[in-house]
Amino acid sequence: MVDKERLEAYWKKNLGLIRNILIIWFIFGYVLTILFVEPLNNIKLGGTPLGFWFAHQGSIYVFVALIFIYAKLIGKIDKEFDVEED
Amino acid sequence: MSLQLTTYIIVGLTFALYIGIAIWSRAGSTKEFYVAGGGVHPILNGMATGADWMSAASFISMAGLIAFMGYGGAVFLLGWTGGYVLLALLLAPYLRKFGKYTVPEFFKTRYYSDGAAIVAVICLLIASTTYIIGQMTGVGVAFSRFLGVSNNLGVLIGMAIVFVYAVFGGMKGITYTQVAQYCVLTLAYTIPAIFISLHLTGNPIPQFGLSSGFQGSDMYLLEKLDHIVKDLGFASYIATPRLSKLNMFVYTLSLMIGTAGLPHVIIRFFTVPKVKDARSSAGWALVFIAIVYTTAPSVAAMARLNLHATVNKAVLKGGDVFAPEASIKFEERPKWMQRWEVTGLLKFNDKNGDGRIQYYNDKSKNKDFLAKAEAAGWKGNELYVNNDIMVLANPEIAKLPNWVIGLVAAGGLAAALSTAAGLLLAISSAISHDLLKNMFMRDLSEKGELMAGRIAMACAIVVAGYLGMNPPDFAAGTVAIAFGLAASSIFPALMMGIFSKTMNRQGAIAGMIAGIGITMLYVFAHKGIFFIKGTEFLGLFGGKQNFFFGIEPNAFGTIGAIVNFIVAFAVKNMTAPVPHDIAEMVESVRYPKGAGAAAADH
Repeated sequence: MVDKERLEAYWKKNLGLIRNILIIWFIFGYVLTILFVEPLNNIKLGGTPLGFWFAHQGSIYVFVALIFIYAKLIGKIDKEFDVEED
Repeated sequence: MSLQLTTYIIVGLTFALYIGIAIWSRAGSTKEFYVAGGGVHPILNGMATGADWMSAASFISMAGLIAFMGYGGAVFLLGWTGGYVLLALLLAPYLRKFGKYTVPEFFKTRYYSDGAAIVAVICLLIASTTYIIGQMTGVGVAFSRFLGVSNNLGVLIGMAIVFVYAVFGGMKGITYTQVAQYCVLTLAYTIPAIFISLHLTGNPIPQFGLSSGFQGSDMYLLEKLDHIVKDLGFASYIATPRLSKLNMFVYTLSLMIGTAGLPHVIIRFFTVPKVKDARSSAGWALVFIAIVYTTAPSVAAMARLNLHATVNKAVLKGGDVFAPEASIKFEERPKWMQRWEVTGLLKFNDKNGDGRIQYYNDKSKNKDFLAKAEAAGWKGNELYVNNDIMVLANPEIAKLPNWVIGLVAAGGLAAALSTAAGLLLAISSAISHDLLKNMFMRDLSEKGELMAGRIAMACAIVVAGYLGMNPPDFAAGTVAIAFGLAASSIFPALMMGIFSKTMNRQGAIAGMIAGIGITMLYVFAHKGIFFIKGTEFLGLFGGKQNFFFGIEPNAFGTIGAIVNFIVAFAVKNMTAPVPHDIAEMVESVRYPKGAGAAAADH
């Protein structure tokens, strides 16, 4: 049953990683861009209000980065628990 | 060389390229037909997904929508990109591990019933067909505008091209043509943007141009634009949300989970060799999509600025916008305006008879502004501009050479054709694989199934072409249904199928039906039953427009999805538990390696 425990630990770790990535996803997708856009707009990035910039561009870059970060980290966990495909 | 001839040559060359690729990549087996043989490199698959995803609407309409909505346009930018994070984390790798050809097939196996598969097929057919109508009309419009042929002939040419590479090549042909189409559409989108950004801000990268200073003034581009639109009585470009904050939140979420639940996008992740590749491929898809989607806000802002600066000479210099000589004379309007008047997408109506064009917001809520406009003798807004002009006329506004205009035409066609092909494949595989092979003709040979797939594809093209030539009145409204369906039915059922070992058949089916049901009900309540005017029954939801906390019908997929989850878990707890072997299968899908691939039966 060691094998089963190992697989369960893998899945738990994966869910934790997914949760953390989704928290960042939520912050950049909703908190900075919609919920708290006004206070953030008081900060200027060059001539662009920060909240507006995240809503129209910045968060998209973060989304791209998040997928690759997830792919890399889960790849490591795959190896650690030896569930990587051959 | 004339513009017409240049356009013919460029579009002709791109079509020759697509057909050449199609001949080279003919599908010989059902595996090649449905999943391109399953060996597509993740980066190439990412490109193909980008082309598949970016439709005529993304290419032609999105920047225009953003240009007129300003900040509120963020729902599309965030919604249509953020969904890929969900796809990469929650769906793509597990569905790849599951190893089936189609989305309904997943439902059939995971929920051990034909009923679940049939519900999925119905959702898929409605969502994909309504989407295709839009693509085919887009093809017709693009042809008639740029190549000077009739709308119907345009649709016919488009049908013929798709027929060649989709029917013979299947997923394999589609994948490699989409890679080429991605390159064409992205070049066509970014090249004019680069020139315009260079012209307005001195920065050749449009993404940076948006935050740069405006050439010849000490203001930043966005500041300038915000001033201009406010001067003309429009809402602030930087700060105006789309309806309420809650509506923006829910709308964005609905587009995100709709994106992650649309079958033609999901099936693209069945084509890569490994689970690992499915994860990174979603990332590559978003990279390629982001190149266009981060250019769009710049195109939007710059086009809006250009438009106002053309029509009202005072806005740039900061002079008196109400001065009579500030508005341009109708006779002196630029050539590009004259050309677009022919299409009806741009119209001038001299309400005060002064021979000049006054373009402003006559529905402004600012009483001071309206009083000033009236004092200046303005009798209402005189210019009508369709959203779609913003991208299509961009190269002409910036006075770019003919080959760029030709390229934009080729790009628009590439966007429409690639999405149409992806949708057609989703439709034909649902018919030949899910309905025929898996339900009604189980003893169909591989050869027979391949033939059935091709016939289904051909029929779907004919139907799509017919609908493209005779679009039903409700075509525009149905996009809401397409996303609402995917968001409220397919996405939650897929997620529960992967992450809940205990979700059973009854729960999944009840959830899907409840989710779609409530979404359709809300949409019909606002837009009429099957979009027939006069049959709205808002009374059911309290009788006010946008009653339910100000959520627009297009955004209701989120609520539908929540209902789906709740109903599914409630029904699950009241019915028989999931069979032991299914629970084990769900478990095995969680690990990339071994534990027996779920699909041994191919």
